[in-house]
Amino acid sequence: MPPEEQSLVYADVNRDVVRSLLVTGPRYYVALYTALGVTVLCFFFPWFYQLFYGIGAAGMNHPNVWGTYLSSFIFWIGLSHSGTLLSCVLHLTNSPWRKAMYRSAEAMTLFSLMVAGVMVFVHVGRPWFLHWALPYPNQMEMWPNFRSPLLFDVMAIATYLTGSIMFIYMGSIPDFAAVRDRTTGWRRHFYVLMSMGWRGTDREWHRLGLAYTFLAVLIIPLAVSVHSIVSWDFAMSIVPALHQTIFAPYFVVGAIYSGTAGIVTVMFLLRKYMDFGQYITTVHFDNLGKLLLALSLMWTYINLIEIFTAWYSGSSAELEALTYKLFGYYGALYWEMILFCALAPLLLISTRFRTSFVPMLILSIAINIGMYTERFLIVATSLSRQYLPDAWGFYVPSAVEVSILLGSLAMFTTLFLLFVKLIPSISIYEVKETLATPSNKTGSDAWQPSH
Amino acid sequence: MDFFERIRDGWDKHRKPAHEDDFDYAWTMAIDLDICTGCGACVTACQAENNLPIVGEEEFARGREIKWIRIERYWEGEFPDAKLSFIPMMCQHCDAAPCETVCPVSATYHNQDGLNTQIYNRCIGTRACAVYCPYEVRYFNYTSHHWEEPLDQQLNPDVTVREKGVMEKCTFCIQRIRQAKDRAKDDGRRRIRDGEVQPACVQSCPAQAMTFGDRKDTQSRVAKMINNPRAYRVLDELNTSPSVIYLKKVDADAP
Repeated sequence: MPPEEQSLVYADVNRDVVRSLLVTGPRYYVALYTALGVTVLCFFFPWFYQLFYGIGAAGMNHPNVWGTYLSSFIFWIGLSHSGTLLSCVLHLTNSPWRKAMYRSAEAMTLFSLMVAGVMVFVHVGRPWFLHWALPYPNQMEMWPNFRSPLLFDVMAIATYLTGSIMFIYMGSIPDFAAVRDRTTGWRRHFYVLMSMGWRGTDREWHRLGLAYTFLAVLIIPLAVSVHSIVSWDFAMSIVPALHQTIFAPYFVVGAIYSGTAGIVTVMFLLRKYMDFGQYITTVHFDNLGKLLLALSLMWTYINLIEIFTAWYSGSSAELEALTYKLFGYYGALYWEMILFCALAPLLLISTRFRTSFVPMLILSIAINIGMYTERFLIVATSLSRQYLPDAWGFYVPSAVEVSILLGSLAMFTTLFLLFVKLIPSISIYEVKETLATPSNKTGSDAWQPSH
Repeated sequence: MDFFERIRDGWDKHRKPAHEDDFDYAWTMAIDLDICTGCGACVTACQAENNLPIVGEEEFARGREIKWIRIERYWEGEFPDAKLSFIPMMCQHCDAAPCETVCPVSATYHNQDGLNTQIYNRCIGTRACAVYCPYEVRYFNYTSHHWEEPLDQQLNPDVTVREKGVMEKCTFCIQRIRQAKDRAKDDGRRRIRDGEVQPACVQSCPAQAMTFGDRKDTQSRVAKMINNPRAYRVLDELNTSPSVIYLKKVDADAP
């Protein structure tokens, strides 16, 4: 435990977290309104234009019928993969460093899943009929096609979203109660509603613990299956370079990798702008850095295997797709991805690097740029080089696509900014578990009715 | 052992498309590449018959033209020693079609006659079928198209005009098959006679390189062409089991 955290007492935790909800400077509003404005301008306006004009507003064409909308979808699903999953794993392994960061990590999961869901609407040609992909009783007497990996995807993501919402909500109930007792006005009404009458009795704690652990155990295999299923959207085709058995683990590792990098970015920003320096410390960055290093090595290994199997297959279509990916039209992007996701993370081997905040921020952003490139290349390079050379092509995203990508980033930011002011972004009760029991010398403010 | 055989037989039964056991037709097209001149009459005929939009210069340059049948050209060597080979490519109406399994809303499915059909008003435009198709013969409507006066007067009333966001592809001129079935029923016949129905491309082929018919009728011309030693199917190794048979061009210069 670092020295600065030892000076904290229970009351400080309550005070700091409630302050993070209530005390809002002008910088926050500038950030919120900028994010909101960018969302409306760069996401919703171009999207409405696309709804009227057709998918033709994007740059997709005949062999490349999938484009950045789908790579954004995979990217956001991927980003969602570390928060709740990591939180569950660390909860089950009783890792104390989880406690200060898990709430915001889980929120990241939730919001990136939501943005991913919106990206599906942007991606399909007729989003006004998207509900046909759900199995619901209807006058057409039609089921969706249960053989379709896209349908598995709908199911998996809906389940994961439900599970993640339940997990983050359940873990927040005692905090809602703690904040309820310290706020007034509409906030008090809001937290009364959200805390569902939590009083902190032994029985309530007991049931919370049971349910929480149960959900944690449930969500780990769920998270692994969700991104496996996303990978099957590709791997179940017979397109060269997509039809690979390695794809499920490849996507899962890639997802956790980009998600963990995302957590580092979010932790840095929370620490800097919400004054959580005492809670989010070098311990967190050190541990997340180690995790990132391990994941980057796994990711690199799977990439090597992917190249090896394509080469070893001896199939001309596979070889062409491989050569095109490495040295073709998008070759520069491939090597950028290797630089950002395979080589740069090797710096994490040094403890000094892992415990310095700004380099970690830069690296985490670089990793996510690289991971977005990876998803783009999966879609763009393999569709450009399929079996019949007559149908070869290439694809460049249009201005509408770039704008919507930017807008989806702003949408995520907006949601997250709303979250930090509505939901305690650091778990009050779990952080207290890591502190020493307070003595009675810590001032008049020390005693507060606990949740 | 008996148990496993029973499972295998039961599995096979459900894996087979319905037309193989329960229906009368298995529509097949045979294209003799030795006769084909690559003139493109089939492409034009298809355009006229099936209300294919003329996407315009700008969209064409973006690679969004819609051609249910296209002549693929492959050049070998450099000018003046260049050699051109070509092959008409359209939906192969695979019996094990990858596009059918991936559509989340079953907008594309195998019908009773062995046709791979596309239901435009069920399609939600995920475009996954186009990705899964190894022949790249599915075309997406990136925008809604319109026909200026008086071109709208020449639209085929038997064929839907597709709107933006919908996938489309060759149907083997299913509207003509339906009409032929109706005629056969009116005449009190159970089956369509061989040669009675022709898709627009087959009808318009000046060299008569294309033959259309039912391969379940062992006396039909296509059924006989299947047994031609030159017969092959494109990308047969992918096990999509296509319904279009090509007869290989006999190349005197081939090594």
